[in-house]
Amino acid sequence: MSTDFFDIDGALTEEERAVRDSVRRFVDDRVLPVIGQCYVDGRFPRELIPEMAGLGLFGANLPEEYGCAGLNNVAYGLIMQELERGDSGIRSFASVQGALVMYPIYAFGSEAQKRHYLPKMASGEIIGCFGLTEPDYGSNPSGMITTAREQGDGSYVLNGAKMWITNGSTAQAAIIWAKTGADDKSIRGFVVPTDTKGFSAKDQKGKLSLRASDTSELVLQDVCVPKTAVLPGSGGLKSPLMCLTQARYGISWGAIGAAMACYEEALAYSKTRVMFDRPIGGFQLQQQRLADMITEITKAQLLSLHLGRLKDAGTFTPQQVSMAKRNNVDIATNIAREARRLLGANGILAEYSAMRHMENLESVYTYEGTHDIHTLILGQAVTGLNAFN
Amino acid sequence: MKIAVCLKRVPDTETRITIAPGGQSIVDAGVKFILNPYDEFAVEAALQLKQAQGGEVVAISLGPDVVQETLRTALAMGADRAIQLKTDGNPYDTIAVASALAAELKSGGYDLILLGKMAIDDYNHAMAPALGELLDVPSVSAVSKLTIADGRATAEREVEGGVEVVTFPLPAVVSADKGLNKPRLPTLPGIMAAKKKPMESKPAALGAAKVVVRTLTPPPERPAGRILGEGAGAVPELVRLLQTEAKVL
Repeated sequence: MSTDFFDIDGALTEEERAVRDSVRRFVDDRVLPVIGQCYVDGRFPRELIPEMAGLGLFGANLPEEYGCAGLNNVAYGLIMQELERGDSGIRSFASVQGALVMYPIYAFGSEAQKRHYLPKMASGEIIGCFGLTEPDYGSNPSGMITTAREQGDGSYVLNGAKMWITNGSTAQAAIIWAKTGADDKSIRGFVVPTDTKGFSAKDQKGKLSLRASDTSELVLQDVCVPKTAVLPGSGGLKSPLMCLTQARYGISWGAIGAAMACYEEALAYSKTRVMFDRPIGGFQLQQQRLADMITEITKAQLLSLHLGRLKDAGTFTPQQVSMAKRNNVDIATNIAREARRLLGANGILAEYSAMRHMENLESVYTYEGTHDIHTLILGQAVTGLNAFN
Repeated sequence: MKIAVCLKRVPDTETRITIAPGGQSIVDAGVKFILNPYDEFAVEAALQLKQAQGGEVVAISLGPDVVQETLRTALAMGADRAIQLKTDGNPYDTIAVASALAAELKSGGYDLILLGKMAIDDYNHAMAPALGELLDVPSVSAVSKLTIADGRATAEREVEGGVEVVTFPLPAVVSADKGLNKPRLPTLPGIMAAKKKPMESKPAALGAAKVVVRTLTPPPERPAGRILGEGAGAVPELVRLLQTEAKVL
């Protein structure tokens, strides 16, 4: 591929390359031919779920004993990269299923919950969603108003609303974060089957971004769940934030994939599109665009690869993940826009991918910690001073 | 049923090839290598036969240690074990390679030997016939459909304007054409499992090489296209050039 300017391939193991190549072929064969139309139609291609599960894409960095692939974190990142080379919506689906649903069950769940849910989620039999964000509490989840009141028999009654929930209307199980008491230390996670009485989900309409992905609003009205629905290891806001760290790690890789797709499309176009009697790639203005793109892609690749190695070594920090998410999504957003411009009028068509990625990346820029929030996380990390409030 | 699949490591079709100094080989550095796509059909056919009828699938490749990566691709797809017939370089001569493969295949006692109809790097189309001859078993090339029952095989081959159906007893050598099946992708658990499957490496007993590569040259640069004019007025000149210059009409 023309996007490997620094021989990143040479820094990957055979196994990591094999994983990347398998997912790459899946995306080339199954996602790219349909995704433009899915995007226009506002439809997530759910017919691909069994094949994605069959390849082992869901929760691929979780252990084999729970039916997962047991990959390292670099291989996991490469999966996210390749999926988002297809579309941010496809990557989001896998991110939510793996990092936001399977991970909390793995990290905070009881052995019984792990044995029950993880193999079925790896096989795609159960699709999950992650309910943290609320209509009035996005960047400040500690203010959430969803409650879980413990009853005399140990069961819980959940009330509240969640918004911007990927896979919400598709899911059979929802990880719901709710306050069991007054403050954010009382936040706990619950695995709620979506067919429980009082649980409803409806898709949010009118999205101009992530159109090939289901985004839903969840309403919980006196949803009664047994004691066994609590994730016993969860406690406080730290628990959902740990999930977000996992997902943001994957996003940092995914954004590279979107940027690669845009760059490759723009590069190919620049060599074949003739204007003023020569390929537009021969003009300095377009060369500057392409040079900037491949430079930023290469920097992002090195950042995420090193972050993955740190994660595998168990030494990475959430602040490092913030830097990678913030940087890589930002550069991908800019690359998508510049690629669209290089493509001229053709760049606004769904036949090309640049504008679809450009629109998608505005969501990716905003979700899982907005760009601005990650700026404050980094600011706090280097100054020691909190600028959040 | 015991099935051998013979595999070749080849440059990816999308890779840009440069010719090494001396003009007899390509530069390997920076080139992405893959399992020969026609051999993928053979692996898939072997795996489907195993799934339907039981047995063992053994992947075999001849070459330096880098072919172990290609063998692991087949293991990740589902082959049971692999054998590397080790050489220093990449021998070109079909009969030299076929002799080494045949020696291994003969001692393995296989019911069926599958491979691609050709390798996409040398386009020789010669390995299956050579193996059939050396092993003294039926050899059927470029098969697009294969069924096996009671020790006999029936194969379909796409020939000019039609389909040829042949039957033959096992053991036999069968080479796969496009259309035989849709090869599965290695799954991620499959890739992890491949590391734990047996990989045997032994020296290849290469036969004498009679064919050597003298020179490799890249295809000539394609000349730039020409715009002859616009509208109906340009048609006579276009037709004339298609007849006299491009010689396609």
